[in-house]
Amino acid sequence: MEAFRRLSRNRLALVSLAVIALISALAVFAPWVTRYSYDAQDIAQRLQPPSWDHWMGTDTLGRDLYSRIVYGARMSLAVGLSTALFALLLGTATGAIAGFFGGWIDRILMRVVDIFYIFPSLLLAILLMLLLGRGFLGILLGIGMTAWVTQARLVRAQVLQARELSYVEAAKALGVSDLAVIVRHILPNIWGPIVVSLTVQIPANIMTESFLSFIGLGLQPPFSSWGTLASEGFRAMKSFPHLIVFPGGVLFVTMLAFNYLGDGVRDLLDPRSQANV
Amino acid sequence: MMAFVLRRLAGAVPTLLLLATLTFFLLRLAPGGPFDGERAWPPEIMANIQARYGLDRPLPVQFGQWLADLARGDLRESFQYIGRPVSEIIGESLPVSLGLGIWALLFSIVIGIPLGCLAAWKRNTWLDHSAMFIAIAGVSLPSYLVASVLILVFALWLGWVPPALWEEPSSAILPVLTLGSRPMAIIARLTRASMLDSLNADYIRTAYGKGLAASRVIFKHALKNSIIPVITVLGPLAANLVTGSFLVEVVFQIPGMGKHFVQAVLNRDYPLVMGVTLAYGVILILSNLLVDLVYAWADPRIRLES
Repeated sequence: MEAFRRLSRNRLALVSLAVIALISALAVFAPWVTRYSYDAQDIAQRLQPPSWDHWMGTDTLGRDLYSRIVYGARMSLAVGLSTALFALLLGTATGAIAGFFGGWIDRILMRVVDIFYIFPSLLLAILLMLLLGRGFLGILLGIGMTAWVTQARLVRAQVLQARELSYVEAAKALGVSDLAVIVRHILPNIWGPIVVSLTVQIPANIMTESFLSFIGLGLQPPFSSWGTLASEGFRAMKSFPHLIVFPGGVLFVTMLAFNYLGDGVRDLLDPRSQANV
Repeated sequence: MMAFVLRRLAGAVPTLLLLATLTFFLLRLAPGGPFDGERAWPPEIMANIQARYGLDRPLPVQFGQWLADLARGDLRESFQYIGRPVSEIIGESLPVSLGLGIWALLFSIVIGIPLGCLAAWKRNTWLDHSAMFIAIAGVSLPSYLVASVLILVFALWLGWVPPALWEEPSSAILPVLTLGSRPMAIIARLTRASMLDSLNADYIRTAYGKGLAASRVIFKHALKNSIIPVITVLGPLAANLVTGSFLVEVVFQIPGMGKHFVQAVLNRDYPLVMGVTLAYGVILILSNLLVDLVYAWADPRIRLES
């Protein structure tokens, strides 16, 4: 029964992986899978419901919604992935150094982490974007700087545990340098939780970006993400529901896939803690 | 316990100071200013305005003056609402945001915990699967989509509740549901996971052995022991609600702090941004403290240490 449950759950994870792969492929090959440019306006064709020519309809400027969603996927996925990697690198480095060395280094680093922790994340993201501009760099740091804290805490806790284990002691006794102990011995042993947190971070960051775009503080044109599209759709949803149904639906399916995949990966890598949040 | 609370509150002061410092310099180093209008002012007038608000002095000096005012309990006047003290604006909008957040949290607990229990109890049945689909959808749907669906169905099509604004009690229903959907989903999943662990314990077998009804075993014996992990996430959830309320307030045009913050940032209303950020910091610190106290109360094995 247990085996069956895990199998069916993994089947769900596999389907999710396929969905993510498909959306990523569409994003990467955007120019080849769309018939229109994402910014080609055709005023005569504005606000058309879905049809054979525009199978997700057109927006207020007559732009093909399907093309805009595919190009929006580029932006949303790129933001999600790059911010998650940024948070992963910064958080892992901070957490590993703090946990391994302890003492005053730990206290200082954790104090910094605490400041970012208490900073309401959307507030910080908005302020950073204000400072760095509403381009890719702004969004990368704006979201990345709020996301790395969780990663740092997680890695620190893991390193604190690992530090006491005999393989670390053995490596130290053999005269391995501190850096090598961390990078070559400890990190490979705690990669499970790190990977799991990555699968949580990517969708969370895609969501944050879409929030920012939705309240009008995200990426500026000509960039457009799913959040931008949903925000445009929200304003017109009473008369033209397709403008919110399609971008929203695609975003929802992507989030769903990431969450199911994350659950699957967690079960796979950490059989002890099944179905945590 | 009193000593613990006091120590935590004292520890909060440097944190809030750091929060204020970071916000101040991020905000002030960002391009743009509060008086950049459509048309350019003559430089003399601009200089006068800057001097009137003390914006012509070096940043560290300005920060020092702001801190000195803060120490006297003065959050200054807003730039965009001319003549209105920031403390008054916060005093009006904080109860709105707080009310929204508390109702959303209540909703998420009242629905989330039973949903999780039900899923664990009827494990691997259609009930479990649908409950968990609701839960995973809850964390996958951005709140503006939840809001769109709710507004479209209940306000625009059925006309049961107002689509936006904050005027009558029924105005609160859709925003609370929107804001509460995500924490509800998180609580439901966590309750289910924690419950499944408890259900394997010996005392549960004993309870069944005594001939107790399943509902009683689940909701009384097992729930009591499964609730601790749920309490631990309440802290992060409170932070989540603060962030979430931003969007919900913007979407539903609710005059809470989040809406003010977004407006204030766009208009570079420095005093208001600083005031609202501090208010959010205080809320987060207090809610984390509250969660720790509840945690220690629920599990006597936990000792309060800072």
